[in-house]
Amino acid sequence: MLTVENPLPVPMRREILALAAQELHPRGAGVAALRLVQARFGWVSTTHLREVAVLLGMSADDLDGVATYFNLLFRRPVGRHVIMLCDSVSCWIMGREPLCAHLCRKLNIRPGETTADNAITLLPTVCIGHCDHAPAMLVDNTLHGDVDTTTLDHLIDTLRDTP
Amino acid sequence: MTPPSERPLTAMIDPAAGPPDCTAYEHNGGWQATRKALSSLAPAEIIDMVTRSKLRGRGGAGFGTGQKWSFVPKEPATDRRKYLIANADEMEPGTFKDRWLLEGNPLQLIEGMILAAYGVQARHGIVFLRGEYDLARTRLHRAIGEARQQGWLGENILGSGFSFDIHVHSSAGRYICGEETALLTALEGRRATPRSKPPFPQTGGLWGAPSVVNNVETLCNLPHIIANGPEWFAGLGLGEDGGTKIYGVSGRVAKPGAWELPIGTPLRQIIEEHAGGMRAGYRLRALLPGGASTAFLDADAIDVAMDYGSVEKAGSRLGTGMAIILDDRTCPIGMIRNLEHFFAQESCGWCTPCRDGLPWVERLLDAIEDGTGQEEDMDQLGRHARMLGAPGRTFCAHAPGAMAPLASGLKLFAADFAAHIQQGRCPQREGARP
Repeated sequence: MLTVENPLPVPMRREILALAAQELHPRGAGVAALRLVQARFGWVSTTHLREVAVLLGMSADDLDGVATYFNLLFRRPVGRHVIMLCDSVSCWIMGREPLCAHLCRKLNIRPGETTADNAITLLPTVCIGHCDHAPAMLVDNTLHGDVDTTTLDHLIDTLRDTP
Repeated sequence: MTPPSERPLTAMIDPAAGPPDCTAYEHNGGWQATRKALSSLAPAEIIDMVTRSKLRGRGGAGFGTGQKWSFVPKEPATDRRKYLIANADEMEPGTFKDRWLLEGNPLQLIEGMILAAYGVQARHGIVFLRGEYDLARTRLHRAIGEARQQGWLGENILGSGFSFDIHVHSSAGRYICGEETALLTALEGRRATPRSKPPFPQTGGLWGAPSVVNNVETLCNLPHIIANGPEWFAGLGLGEDGGTKIYGVSGRVAKPGAWELPIGTPLRQIIEEHAGGMRAGYRLRALLPGGASTAFLDADAIDVAMDYGSVEKAGSRLGTGMAIILDDRTCPIGMIRNLEHFFAQESCGWCTPCRDGLPWVERLLDAIEDGTGQEEDMDQLGRHARMLGAPGRTFCAHAPGAMAPLASGLKLFAADFAAHIQQGRCPQREGARP
């Protein structure tokens, strides 16, 4: 069984080494390697971070400094789906705050938390470049614009039913 | 022969059909510039043409593109490692133009990069793409693969002896990565903090090698400049600046969106004709003309021409050219608070005035917005606006950019600040925090 406590699968280790080989210095592949790990496991555990650091010839602390710097790298577990609600100015003007309040009530969580059934994590995010369709959000990397409470409710119900 | 489009950047963009493939791109005039450059133009001629075109960087700072390239050492690509980097880390709140170009016609960006790389003699190209742009990443990878397969990228392009290839770096989300030196630090696998200049990236950039960092929209203009000539391009602008510009409007207008128009198009025309004017029941109160890091302009400045010099004369910056509208039913203090929350969160933390000053500003605005602000808070906000604002005592332009809406807002919305403090509440609840 593939878990965050097990070593990285051999093909992934090879892929990370290949990424590092494309760079002038292996550490240039740090973000790409961490994104690869996260795409597979949902987040970057300390076990995996240490392994990536060894592969890239970096100290684990050095790589953790990079991992914790970026908004899209998760150093804690997230739910099966991640909703990133844009909190920047155009979305704010177009009603992002009441929408966030509605979402929090419906999911019974606050921003930064995961639902009790581990289905959905709600995160704020900075401008996602969809300001002409504000308020906007990303759901598992898929862009949604002109969001209102009705579309939001439907989306959440769909997500809960999706593994 | 078909005359060149007056909207060259977007002529091939059709959201319903998706981006053109190599064949469609060529059929519609693509690759002409690359053929012309690699067969009959010297690298120095490319730089000269771009300088004469009056193209200024479209990422926000507006530096002359040809001038920027002129600082790069002239050795041939085979003698020295150099980098050409497309800055596709579009995270300025209110700005969504590069997404449109990346998703709509990635081959145009690729061709622009080939031309820029040939001009400065770089063999290595990188697209620094923001992590949230998933569709753009997919389309860019597909376009690069196709261009490579058809010989537009790789070794000895068109038998010219010039070799160039592009790698996509998918970032993981930090606004400061859009700052060119922070972007280089990020590419080297470090926390993306800005670097001291000099050395400038053109002489000592990525891994110490000469590097040019250009915005996506800037690069997308290059095929049209080279194919149709710098005079034609310069003539597209209505004033001092050359070319077209992608302008956008967000907020409570009838039709928010983005449009390619001659640079120097009056703001009134953009808002009233293209964005359809204000929504019913809303009045224009003020706006940020070029994204979150530009100063507010009052509604009576709506006739300003949207070019670099005119917007500066009006008291703000063209920035990314993407206007954010403040309507009369949205609380200006809440809007400024939202902006400063963003800048405080996205401070990289490298220098103390920015790291400590911006959260302080945010806390003061929180208090005023929530009704617990004091008169003396206004002095503190004014002091921050002066001390962190342009020309700045901070390491990079992040804090001065953050202070632009605050400093202008303190003047423009003085009565609103006073009302919040005197009444102990936000008098304009709609649009404010619940």
